[in-house]
Amino acid sequence: MERIPILRMGNFLLVTIQVDMHDQLALTLQDDLTSAISKNSARGVLIDISSLEIVDSFIGRMLANISAMARILDSQTVLVGMQPAVAITLVELGMAMPGVRTALNVEAGMELLRELVSANRLETGDDDSEV
Amino acid sequence: MSKLADVLQKNESELLNDWIGEQVASGRRRDLISDTELRSQSGELLHSIGEAARSGNVTDISRSEWSGVRERLSEISSARAKQGFNSSETATFVFSLKQPVFKRLRSELGKDPDALFAEVWNASTLIDKLGLVTTDAFLKAKEQLISKQAEEMLELSTPVVKLWQGIVAIPLIGTLDSNRTQIVMESLLSTIVATNSKIAIIDITGVPAVDTLVAQHLLKTITAAKLMGAECILSGIRPQIAQTIVHLGINLTDVITKASLADALALALQKTGRTVVKTDRANQKSDDKSAADNKDNAEKKGA
Repeated sequence: MERIPILRMGNFLLVTIQVDMHDQLALTLQDDLTSAISKNSARGVLIDISSLEIVDSFIGRMLANISAMARILDSQTVLVGMQPAVAITLVELGMAMPGVRTALNVEAGMELLRELVSANRLETGDDDSEV
Repeated sequence: MSKLADVLQKNESELLNDWIGEQVASGRRRDLISDTELRSQSGELLHSIGEAARSGNVTDISRSEWSGVRERLSEISSARAKQGFNSSETATFVFSLKQPVFKRLRSELGKDPDALFAEVWNASTLIDKLGLVTTDAFLKAKEQLISKQAEEMLELSTPVVKLWQGIVAIPLIGTLDSNRTQIVMESLLSTIVATNSKIAIIDITGVPAVDTLVAQHLLKTITAAKLMGAECILSGIRPQIAQTIVHLGINLTDVITKASLADALALALQKTGRTVVKTDRANQKSDDKSAADNKDNAEKKGA
């Protein structure tokens, strides 16, 4: 069965969506990602959607759900590289994704993720330095 | 062959003279069209009407034998629309043909009232139809002009400018409707991707009024930019507009707003980790000068 690969980079997980998402694929990704976060105790997830050109309300909600789930599992999510057309579609569908953090590209996203994770550590006083 | 076609053929030059006379009498715009141009336009038109009428059909101008006349009329009236004639002046151009034609018919058929009435009716119907074609073409030409201008305005009014590395701005001028906002949104978002900008400034100094619809459009653009990972700053909100926004109950609390473009740029620079430092150029120049003097002195001493 078709799956979206989840790559581990230290404390972070990297998900690159290179194909058009259909509903089953999104559900599988949700399952895989949540189990990967808890297995690797990942502190951050970076989802690259720069190749995604078509979205519907279901995929939009899926992306928002995934980041909400990651947050519950104590992991920060950053959505990077959204295409203008996709952004316009989501806004027109009324999905502003208020809780989701975004960045222009993978580089900016990684930077933001590191910032978020280090800020999170300071707050919680979790100070084991293994990054 | 109908008597009307006969009259049109036989008396072409007299008709033309009478017609021109009528046109001049009904207030010809000497400033917009020359005598020679008017004469050649009228002459050509009258000739093609005569040709078409010879086919025997003088009332149904939608038929193929009248297509030449229709084309010529459309050409004339769209030319007139561009020259600055108004619609009634353009229509009068055709309608003033009635009197000369009726006069000719009367002198030919004066003794037979029944035939005269039938021919006058035919002529009247024909000229009315030609008049309608003229006004249609006139309106079409005007509409084309308006839509062309609207298109040009749409293209003119939405430039996205790069202010700094990673900072773009879009100065909005004029009323925002859904159509324009769509273009604004698309060009802003594609520029954000192209220039890899983290901050976009939307300046609404030139927007005359903000209502709920405009505010909604702006918020949509800001949300879309945020989804892509760029931050938007709204600037150039005039006091009246600030009042309107609050009175309308529009929620702009999630949006960074600044009074002027300068403030927005300052904030954008700060957010991207830059500061603007004032240098004292006057002092610097005099420093250079004194340094040069010192050098001269040192050289002199050395010598």
